[in-house]
Amino acid sequence: MAVAVPSSVSPAGSDTPSVGSRLVAAVKDAAGTALLALGLAVPILALRLDQDINNQPFLRPRWDYVATAVAVAFAARLAYLLIRPAFAGRRAAPTRATAPAATSARRIAQALAVGGLILLVIYPLLMLALVGRAGAIKWIDNFGIQILIYVMLGWGLNIVVGLAGLLDLGYVAFYAVGAYSTALLVHNFGFGFWLCLPLAGIFAALWGILLGFPVLRLRGDYLAIVTLAFGEIIRLVLINWVPVTNGYAGISGIPRPTFFGLPFNASDEGFAAFFGLEFTPLHRTIFLFYVILALALLTNWVTLRLRRLPVGRAWEALREDEIACRSLGINTTNTKLTAFAIGAGFGGFAGSFFAARQGFISPESFTFMESAIVVAIVVLGGMGSQLGVAIAAIAMIGGTEILRELDWLKQVFGPDFEPTQYRMLVFGLAMVVLMIWRPRGLIATRQPSIFLRERRAVKASLVKEGRG
Amino acid sequence: MEYFFQQLINGVTLGSIYGLIAIGYTMVFGIIGMVNFAHGDVFMLSTFIALIFLMVLTQVLGLGSLAVALFIVLIAAMLLTSLWAWAIERLAYRPLRGSFRLAPLISAIGMSIFLSNLVQVTQGPRYKPAPAILGDVITLYEGTDYTVTISHKQLLIMAVTAALLAAFWYLVQNTAIGRAQRACEQDRRMAALLGVDVNRTIALTFVLGAALAAVAGLLFMVYYGVVHFNDGFVPGVKAFTAAVLGGIGSLPGAVLGGLLIGLIETMWSAYFSIDYKDVATFSILAITLVFLPSGLLGKPEVEKV
Repeated sequence: MAVAVPSSVSPAGSDTPSVGSRLVAAVKDAAGTALLALGLAVPILALRLDQDINNQPFLRPRWDYVATAVAVAFAARLAYLLIRPAFAGRRAAPTRATAPAATSARRIAQALAVGGLILLVIYPLLMLALVGRAGAIKWIDNFGIQILIYVMLGWGLNIVVGLAGLLDLGYVAFYAVGAYSTALLVHNFGFGFWLCLPLAGIFAALWGILLGFPVLRLRGDYLAIVTLAFGEIIRLVLINWVPVTNGYAGISGIPRPTFFGLPFNASDEGFAAFFGLEFTPLHRTIFLFYVILALALLTNWVTLRLRRLPVGRAWEALREDEIACRSLGINTTNTKLTAFAIGAGFGGFAGSFFAARQGFISPESFTFMESAIVVAIVVLGGMGSQLGVAIAAIAMIGGTEILRELDWLKQVFGPDFEPTQYRMLVFGLAMVVLMIWRPRGLIATRQPSIFLRERRAVKASLVKEGRG
Repeated sequence: MEYFFQQLINGVTLGSIYGLIAIGYTMVFGIIGMVNFAHGDVFMLSTFIALIFLMVLTQVLGLGSLAVALFIVLIAAMLLTSLWAWAIERLAYRPLRGSFRLAPLISAIGMSIFLSNLVQVTQGPRYKPAPAILGDVITLYEGTDYTVTISHKQLLIMAVTAALLAAFWYLVQNTAIGRAQRACEQDRRMAALLGVDVNRTIALTFVLGAALAAVAGLLFMVYYGVVHFNDGFVPGVKAFTAAVLGGIGSLPGAVLGGLLIGLIETMWSAYFSIDYKDVATFSILAITLVFLPSGLLGKPEVEKV
């Protein structure tokens, strides 16, 4: 019985299949994935629950959704299978960071940080020059200020999660404390923004200590869940304590920051009139941009300095091994509480700025989702890496904000297609994909703050971290 | 007193649903030490699957018998939700096994965001009403000013929960699958050495947890009569609280914790303040973890240096 040799098998041997057979195998594999996607999509995507004019429920068939899901799954799997060999080859390169490589990586990181800083400082003027006055507000406000708030929150949380290794899923609580203390101080005592800002930070830090105390004994996932519970409790109290917080309706009329006492309005005492400029809301936006930039850089500077202090070294030691820390006589209670308090304090600053920028706050802004986003930024950036956190914030927040700009997709998918509603969908998926691609985050090296003879970056996978 | 008994019935009904979801959390935590953050959203997904199937059977196909329809919906929801859980485990968690500890948790949070937004985008952000079924009530006791009743829905929930828990207990205690599952929970490496397919067993754990969550999903849909894309998070956290309260890793503990959380929530709403009922649950979660980390029926965690 003659067995026909398939023409696609290369004569060189079975361990190096030809491009053709690899393609066939990839298509088969992708077809399997598509079949799975079909099984997953049909029950939830194919029929949409709707109500007609008489409020009678009926099912609206949406087979186009299923077709799209299956096609996307097929294409994604096929692309992954065809691209993967290129990645696999690169991964075979030596993994241990040698000293010269680490030095050059540090130089690149430094150049990136300096370049990024210069770009940030000239960003508003650059936008003004590129898109003109009308477009600049959107780009400075939606992109610049929005991203910088998350960069600041990420850096603040990085003290708790990245340096001290305490996973905090309720960080948004301190953001809320900062925002609400600003709003309440403004309304009840008539304080201005610049007085509220430090007070908000102090209040948030006090709350950090208050919530830090009971969780000192907990570790890892348990700590994460308890902090999540605290975050939710604070939000629920904000919703239900209507006499003070005005519940769901929120608090409005929070005054904007002033420029050394000069408000940004069209009056004669305003900023524009004082400097003899034509009034435009752009002044305030640009000013707010520089305020949040300064606050974020302050967070970064304090963190970098603290890392070199005994308390900062104790945080990192705590992250690596709590038992060894205790054996060496480090007071873990104080170490954890300072991390909680300082991280929370920066969250409070950010919250105060948020309240003053929006002019209106409500519990809707402080859901668990915000905490999850900030934690995702810290972990995806590479816990403990300041630059990584900034890059992750730009990628995740900027990336999802950019979906607002994709109007051309309407021409592809029809006028009903609204890219913005896929924002969080893409965000969640990106979290999963980035975690699988780089479980240790984008910048997965540690820069020791103290070293013998030469500075050498440490691979994060050699570090235990996050047991606290 | 009559009022108290009525609340007791309501609390046990709610607690049954929490207990069913809690088993998924406790089994996954027991076997791979991970808080499966997306489990609440898998439950939410199953409420939608159940409602869509019920609508297809009763409206499109015109099936007359409600009992048959509910039975088919139950089986379909269990199967399809399990398929989702299997796919999630395969795609989002398995590649991260053995990676550093926070990676699966972050991946699970991402999955949770993805699932709730997938349902929001495809099914719309509104509350979806379910057809009103099993609305009849049985009067248990007629007091002077208050009547204790139990509805057919509540009976259905208690009966289905009891039957499925019994079947599930049998599966875990007396079958090869259950033995492999318990072996992996005790010592994954040893189980692998003795020929247990660990990856398959972990996948199976997710599938079983999701199947029970789907039962809870159907019962939740029947009980409340509406489904919503955001209904995964809070029931999920409450069920997790139940798992922690009962002792994470313990199956009877999860059911006991579920019943307790259901009762506490109902009693709190009935006697104190309905606005702060979630605060009560979250506080119990924090208090249990701080003062009683091994829960009511759990084994204390021994730390080896």
